[in-house]
Amino acid sequence: MNLKKWVAITGMAGLAGAAVAQDSNTLSVEGEEMVTETAAPAHMENVDTIYSGWRFRSAETQALQTDDFDNPAFIFVEKGEDLWNMADGSEGKSCASCHENVEDFAGLRTQLPRVDDGELVSMENLVNECRVDRMGAEPWKWSGVEMTSMTALIGLQSRGMPMDVAVDGDAAPFWERGKELYYTRVGQLDMACSNCHEGNYGEMIRADHLSQGQSNGFPTYRLKNAKLNSIHGRFKGCMRNIRATPYAEGSIEFRALELYLASRGQGLSVETPSVRN
Amino acid sequence: MASDVKPRVKVPKTASAGDTITIKTLISHKMESGQRKDSDGNPIPRSIINRFTADFNGQNVIDVKLEPAISTNPYFQFEAIVPESGEFTFTWYDDDGSVYDMKKKIEVS
Repeated sequence: MNLKKWVAITGMAGLAGAAVAQDSNTLSVEGEEMVTETAAPAHMENVDTIYSGWRFRSAETQALQTDDFDNPAFIFVEKGEDLWNMADGSEGKSCASCHENVEDFAGLRTQLPRVDDGELVSMENLVNECRVDRMGAEPWKWSGVEMTSMTALIGLQSRGMPMDVAVDGDAAPFWERGKELYYTRVGQLDMACSNCHEGNYGEMIRADHLSQGQSNGFPTYRLKNAKLNSIHGRFKGCMRNIRATPYAEGSIEFRALELYLASRGQGLSVETPSVRN
Repeated sequence: MASDVKPRVKVPKTASAGDTITIKTLISHKMESGQRKDSDGNPIPRSIINRFTADFNGQNVIDVKLEPAISTNPYFQFEAIVPESGEFTFTWYDDDGSVYDMKKKIEVS
């Protein structure tokens, strides 16, 4: 065997062996303790314990989320507050015209997506429904800066509360569809969500540390693009990485997957808006 | 005035005389470097915050020159010794001539 090849092989084996799982740090945001590790819900057959994505990040990235001043996502939360009070559309109304206090939305983030009148809705759908039907305004783009700022502001009101989506009754067929999507291999690399986020979390994928793909911190501020990222935007990124054609943001496929993922994070604290790399 | 510019400052409200306090400042700004091109290939003109200063009771504490390589939403954290009660004045200077400032009082006992 030629020596160079041998060195390369041991090098790789060494890397795989050194791959670390999630760390054991505890997250406290502005003095409030967050649940970043808990027993997996009963429906997850292959995982015993679920971990927030925060536990897979470097110490520097983790630190950014502990203080709201250091957390760059709060630039967008403040933008969300401005939008909350800004009248728009033919009715001359703002969010604040009907919903007096954004604090009243405490708990909403934990229950979404949910089924309303037979349709599965994400927070983005609820925001745009208000904008179109009540304000007479143009709907916002799913992952545009206005929408992510608003979903971050509304999601923040539930920070620290455990994820608690309904998966039975009307939601059951959507949940089943999301589960099927999660385990279906797609794209040129022929991979499913589960291949990385269930079978190999804790390992490195190139230079990045694979998490369980939990959704409890979204919308999340990513250092790589210096903006808030929606859950559906992240799904698109994942699908591109496995060289698949992504579904559209806001599509029923992504909403169903969002519901299924949320159900895999039942019990983790909402961290919105989180910071990731 | 560039859009969406908003300064933020975190200064403790109280301190003891002679204490070293930590000050955090952040201004939301696009910090356009002048090196990029738009989708039609035309250069996007430079637009950055080029200077940041902090003064305490009229005395300069820090004076920073910023260059185009500094990324969006510049963040500065620094320490200052506060001998007496007073007021910090933070000032950011924009390429377009705008000046943004913010004042924070601190009680020293």
